[in-house]
Amino acid sequence: MNAFRNTFALKSSGDMARLGVILALAGLILFGALRYENFLSQYNILSFLRYNSMFALIALGMAFVIMTGGIDLSVGGTAAMASVVAALLSPYHWAAGLFGGIAAGLAVGALNGFTVTVMRIQPFIATLATMLAAYGTALLLAGNQSVSVSYDSGFTAIGQDDFLGFPIPAWIALLVYFAGWLVLERLPVGRHVLAIGDGEATAALMGLKVRRTLAAVYTGSGALAGLAGVILASQFGAGQPTEGVGWELFAIASVVVGGTLLTGGSGSVGATLAGALLLAMVFNILNFENGLGWISLSAYWQSVIRGGFLLVVVVLQARLMSRGASEGRV
Amino acid sequence: MTTIETQATAGTVPSGKRFFTLAGRYGTVAAFLALILFNVLFTPNFLSLQTLNVNLTQVATIVIVAAGMTLVIATGGIDLSVGSLMAIGGALAPMIFTGALFPVSSMPVAVALAFILPVIATALLGLFNGLLVTRFAIQPIIATLVLFIAGRGIAQVMTNGNLQVFRNEGFQFIALGRIAGIPAQVILMIVIAAIAWAAVRHTVFGRQVIAVGGNEKAARLTGIPVHRVKLLVYMISGALAGVAGLIVVARNSASDANLVGLGMELDAIAAVAVGGTLLTGGRANIMGTLIGALVIQLVRYTLLANGVPDAAALIVKAALILLAVFIQQRAGKP
Repeated sequence: MNAFRNTFALKSSGDMARLGVILALAGLILFGALRYENFLSQYNILSFLRYNSMFALIALGMAFVIMTGGIDLSVGGTAAMASVVAALLSPYHWAAGLFGGIAAGLAVGALNGFTVTVMRIQPFIATLATMLAAYGTALLLAGNQSVSVSYDSGFTAIGQDDFLGFPIPAWIALLVYFAGWLVLERLPVGRHVLAIGDGEATAALMGLKVRRTLAAVYTGSGALAGLAGVILASQFGAGQPTEGVGWELFAIASVVVGGTLLTGGSGSVGATLAGALLLAMVFNILNFENGLGWISLSAYWQSVIRGGFLLVVVVLQARLMSRGASEGRV
Repeated sequence: MTTIETQATAGTVPSGKRFFTLAGRYGTVAAFLALILFNVLFTPNFLSLQTLNVNLTQVATIVIVAAGMTLVIATGGIDLSVGSLMAIGGALAPMIFTGALFPVSSMPVAVALAFILPVIATALLGLFNGLLVTRFAIQPIIATLVLFIAGRGIAQVMTNGNLQVFRNEGFQFIALGRIAGIPAQVILMIVIAAIAWAAVRHTVFGRQVIAVGGNEKAARLTGIPVHRVKLLVYMISGALAGVAGLIVVARNSASDANLVGLGMELDAIAAVAVGGTLLTGGRANIMGTLIGALVIQLVRYTLLANGVPDAAALIVKAALILLAVFIQQRAGKP
C-alpha cells in the first residue's frame, strides 16, 4: 500500500515536470512568434526541424537508457564514427551509407550492452571508454580528416531533401519517436525497461530478462546515434570524425528537461521530444535575438546557457523528487 | 563444475578469484614494469633523461587532478567538471597578471594573485558542485555535468574565445622552472600526491572520506559530518583542477579556453580506475592513482614512439580502462 502511494506520488510529480516542459515550449514559441518577424516563417521552421532531428534521435535513445537507471556517454563518438562509415560507403549506394552507418552505431551499442551486462561495469565508465574507442576508430577510418560523401548515389537526399514538403530527417525522427512511444507505452518491453530502472534485483526476481533488456536498450541507443551520424554526414556532405563532442550532454539535458527521472524507473517519449525541441528552441531564439542587434551574445554563451538550463531543471527535479518521497511517507 | 570445485576445497580461495585478487593488487605495478621493460628493449633512446622529463611533465597535471578525483571517487562520487575548471583557472591567471581584469601596480603582487585567485575561484566552483551533491541530493555525475558544460563556456566567454599569449617568467616558473634540475611541476606533483597520500592514511579526514564512501548511512550514524566531508572533497578537486590549469597555460605560454583541460576528466578517472581505487567508493589508493597515471602515459608514449597513430592509442586506452575496472570489480567482490 505504502509502496503504491509512493510510486503514485512520484508519478504525479513526474507528470507535473512533463506538463512544465510542454508549457515552457509553448511559451517559448509564443514569445518567438510575437517578437521576431520571421520566427514562424516556413524557412525557419523547416531548417530548425532539419537540423535538430539528429539531436532528437539521440535524445530518444538516451531516454530509454536513463529510464533503466543507466547513462550512455558514447553517443557523440558513435555518431561521429557512424558519419565516417556512412560517408565511406555512400559511393556504392545511398542504402549502403544509410545501413552501414546504422550498423556501425549498432555495433558500438552492442559493445556497451556487453560491457554493462556481462562485464558488469558501471554504465558511465563503460560508455566513456567506448566513446574514446569510437572516436579513435572514426579517426583511423577517416585518416584524421573529414570524408566527403558521394553526391551521385542520392545519399545526400537523406539529410537535405524534403518529402511532402517536410524535411526527410524530420520524417525519420517522427517515425522513430512513434516507434519509441509504441515500445514504451504499448509493448511489454516498455514496462520491463521501467521495472529495471526501479530496481534491477526486483525486476530479476519478477522473472524479467534484465540482461537481455538492458543489452537491447544500449544497442538501440547506439543504433539511433548511428542514424544521427548518417543524417549528419548526409546533411553536411561529409563524415566528420571530430564532430559530436558534447552531444551526449545535449541529449542528457533534453531527457532531464523532459521530466525523465535520472534515477530511472520513469519517463516519457513525448516529453523527451518536447525537451529536445525546447533546448534547440533556446538557441534558435538566441540567434534571432542577436539578429535584432540589441544584444550580441557570442556562440560561447550557448554552453553557459545550456548548463544553466540543466542546473535549473535538475534542481527543480530534485525538489519535486524529495517532495514526492515525503508525500509518500506521510 | 566450478561450484563443485569450490565446495570441495572449502576454506581455500578458488583459483579464478585468486587471479583477480592478485591482478587487482599487483596488476597495475606489473603492467608498469612490463611497459618499462618493453620500452628498454624496443624503443630507441628510452633510457635517457629527456624521455624521463617528457613523460613526467606530461603526467604531472594528470596526477594532480587525479589526486583530487581519487578523493571524490572514494566518497562514492565523481567529478566530471575538472577539465572545464582547468580552463577557467587557466583563463583567469593571465587576465590577472596582464592587468586585463584590474590594474596591477607591482608585478610580484600580480603574479602572486595570479596563483592564488584562480585556485580560489575553482575551489569555490568545486564547492558549488559539492552543494548540488549534498544540499540538493543530485547524483554527482549530473551535478558536475552542469559545470562540465557551462564551465568551458564561462572560460570562453571570459576570454571571448581568444588565445591569450604571454611571457612572464615569475608565473611560468610553475611549469618551466627547475629546482635542483627537476621540473617544478614534477615537484609540485610529488608534493601534492604525498600530501593526499598522508591525508588518506594518517588523518581523521582521510578516514571520514573512506567511511562516507563505504557506507554513507553508517557514517552519518557514527556522527561523521557527511555533507561537510563531501563539500570538502569537491572543493579540493576543484582547487587541484585550478592548479593543473595554471601549469598547462604556463607551460604553453598561452591560454586557450577551448583546449585547456579538454578530456582531462577521462584521463583522471582512468588513472584512478587503473590505479585500483574502486569506482563505487569506499577506497582511496593515491599511490595506485600515481602509478595508474604513469601506466596510461607510458602506454601512450610507447605507442607513439613505435609509430602507432594517436587514434589507435585512444582505442587502446579505452580497452585499458575497461580491463582495469573489470579486474578491480572482480577482485573487490567479497
